[in-house]
Amino acid sequence: MSTPDGIPPDSAEGLDSHVVVDRDAFRLDITLSAAPGEVVALLGPNGAGKTTALRALAGLVPLTGGHLRLDGDALERTPPESRPVGVVFQDYLLFPHLSALDNVAFGPRCHGASKAEARSQAAGWLERMGLAEHAGARPRSLSGGQAQRVALARALATHPRLLLLDEPLAALDARTRLEVRAQLRRHLAEFEAVAVLVTHDPLDAMVLADRLVVVEHGTVVQQGAPSDIARHPRTDYIAQLVGLNLYRGRADGHTVHLDTGPSLTTTEILSGPAFVAFPPSAVTLHRDRPTGSSARNLWRCEVAGLETHGDQIRADLTGELPLAADLTTVAAAELDLHPGAPVWATVKAAQTHAYPA
Amino acid sequence: MTPPAPDTRKGGRRPGPIRTGVPFALLLPALLGLAFLLLPLVALLVRAPWHSLPEQLTSPEVWQALRLSLVCATSATALSLVIGVPLAWLLARTDFPGRGLVRALVTLPLVLPPVVGGVALLLALGRNGVVGQWLDAWFGITLPFTTTGVVLAETFVAMPFLVISVEGTLRAADPRYEEAATTLGASRFTAFRRVTLPLIAPGIAAGAVLAWARALGEFGATITFAGNFPGRTQTMPLAVYLALQSDPEAAIALSLVLLAVSIAVLAGLRDRWMTAS
Repeated sequence: MSTPDGIPPDSAEGLDSHVVVDRDAFRLDITLSAAPGEVVALLGPNGAGKTTALRALAGLVPLTGGHLRLDGDALERTPPESRPVGVVFQDYLLFPHLSALDNVAFGPRCHGASKAEARSQAAGWLERMGLAEHAGARPRSLSGGQAQRVALARALATHPRLLLLDEPLAALDARTRLEVRAQLRRHLAEFEAVAVLVTHDPLDAMVLADRLVVVEHGTVVQQGAPSDIARHPRTDYIAQLVGLNLYRGRADGHTVHLDTGPSLTTTEILSGPAFVAFPPSAVTLHRDRPTGSSARNLWRCEVAGLETHGDQIRADLTGELPLAADLTTVAAAELDLHPGAPVWATVKAAQTHAYPA
Repeated sequence: MTPPAPDTRKGGRRPGPIRTGVPFALLLPALLGLAFLLLPLVALLVRAPWHSLPEQLTSPEVWQALRLSLVCATSATALSLVIGVPLAWLLARTDFPGRGLVRALVTLPLVLPPVVGGVALLLALGRNGVVGQWLDAWFGITLPFTTTGVVLAETFVAMPFLVISVEGTLRAADPRYEEAATTLGASRFTAFRRVTLPLIAPGIAAGAVLAWARALGEFGATITFAGNFPGRTQTMPLAVYLALQSDPEAAIALSLVLLAVSIAVLAGLRDRWMTAS
C-alpha cells in the first residue's frame, strides 16, 4: 500500500495529520499519514506519547496545533462523537451492563439505527468475528480473546474511516496473544480504511502493520517498512527492540570511528556519519586475548550481567565497547562467565552492517 | 493484632489460647457507648403498649400522618433524584472555577441545623421571601405551610445525602466508559444516560434510600417552613412530638413504626455498608 520508501502517496484519500499536543512539560509533535487500507503501527517506549496521539486522533484530547484530515475532511474541530473514527481501547472498555450483542449494537444505535436494525447489524458483526454463540454473554464472562474481538466488532460496527487500536494485545496472556494476533491481522487486512495501532511490542507491530512509525519523547524518530526498520535501526531503543548492537560514528572507507573512541571495521565502504549494527550472535567471546584471529574488531570488555534468553545466554558487556553478546550455556560455562569477569570480544567484519546516518 | 504476649506460663500453668486482651480502659467506655445507644431503643420496646398497639396503629390520625410522611419522603426523594443526580455528575465530571466551593455549599445542609434550613427556606420561598413574593404575585403559588412545602423542606435537608453518595460513586466509576461511548457516536448526554447511569445505579439506589430515610425523619425544617397541620403538613415525626404531650401511648406507637422503617432501611443497605468495613 505504501511507496517503496515507506511514505504513503500524497493524496486526499486516507489520513493526513500533524498532531501537536502540549501537556504540562510534555510536547507531542508527530506527523502521521496513511493511505486507505494501510495499517500503521505507532511503536515506542512507555511515556513516548503514543496513547496521547491516539486520543488526539479520536478527539478525546484537543490538539494544541497541527491539523487532522481524513479523506480530505478537516476534523480537528469535530467533537469525538461526530468523527468517523472507531477505537479499540487497551482494556477494551466493553460496557459491563450490556451483552456482547448490545455492546456492538451501541454504535449503530447512536448513529440512528432502530433497535432491531442495530441488533441485526451487531449480530452480523459477531458472526464475522466467530462469536455468534456469545451474543448474549456479558463482557465479564468472555475470555480475553473474545472480549478483544467484541471490542473490534463494536468499533467496526460504526463503519469508521479511521480505526484506532490502543495496545490491542497487551491485556492478553502469551498463549491467547499468538492466536488473537493472527486473527487481528486477518481482520485488519480486510479493513478498507486506515488503521493506526499503538504498541510497545515490536513483534505485534511487525506482524500487524504495513508500516512502523517509531515515537520517542513525543517525536517520530524513524518510520518505514518493518523489515527496513529491523535492518537499519536509528536509535538505541529500536536497536534493542529488534535485538541489535547499534553504534553511531563517522565512516571512512571500511572503518567507522565511533563517537565514543573505538573504531569498527565493516564490509561496506562509506564516508560521513554512519550507523553500524550487528546482532549479539555475531559476537565471539574469549578468555584470553585471541592470537592469530582474523577478526579486526577486538575489544577488551567486562561482564556486567548475564541472563537467559531462550536457550541462549545473553551477556551484557561493558568496557571499550558496550555490547550484548549471545552464547550457548556450554560456552558460558567454559568461559567461566560471571559478572565482573574480564573477556575479549571479537566481531567479524562480514557480520556487521554499516549504513549512512 | 496485638504483639505476642511474653510467656508467663511458668512450669505447668494451663495451656490455653493466647488472650488477645482488650485493655480494660478501652473495653469499659466501649461497652458504655454501646449501652447508651441501645438503651433508649430497648426502653421504647419495653414501654410499648403492645396490647393497644393494633388499635393505636389503625387510628385514622396515625394513618394520615404515616401516609403523608411516605408520600412526602418519596416525593422529596424523587425530586432529589431529578435535580441531585445531574448536580452530582456536574461536581464529579466537570471542572469549573469554584467547584470546591460549590461542593462545600451543596454539603452545607448536612451540617446545618434543620431549623435554620427551615428559616432560610421561609426567607427564600415564604410569601414575602426573596423568590416567594414573585411566585405569589405572578403565579399565585404559595409554598410555606403546604404539603409541597413539606416536600421542599425535606428535599433541602435530604438531597445532599444523595448528591454526596452519587458523586462518590461517579468518582469511583471509570470515566473512560463515557469516552468509549463518545467514540461510538454517543453525545455526552446519551453516554450519561445509556452508560454512566446504569453503571452507577447501585450508588444512586443507596443514595436514594439514605435520602428517603433522612426525609422521613425530617422535623426541624418541616415544622419551621411548613408548620404542623394534620393531614396537610403533619408528618410522622411531628405527630410523634405532638402526641407525646397529649397521648404518650400514641407517641410510642408512632415511634415504633418509624423504628421499624429505619431497621428495614438498614437491612436494605446491609450488603452495601455493613459489610464494607
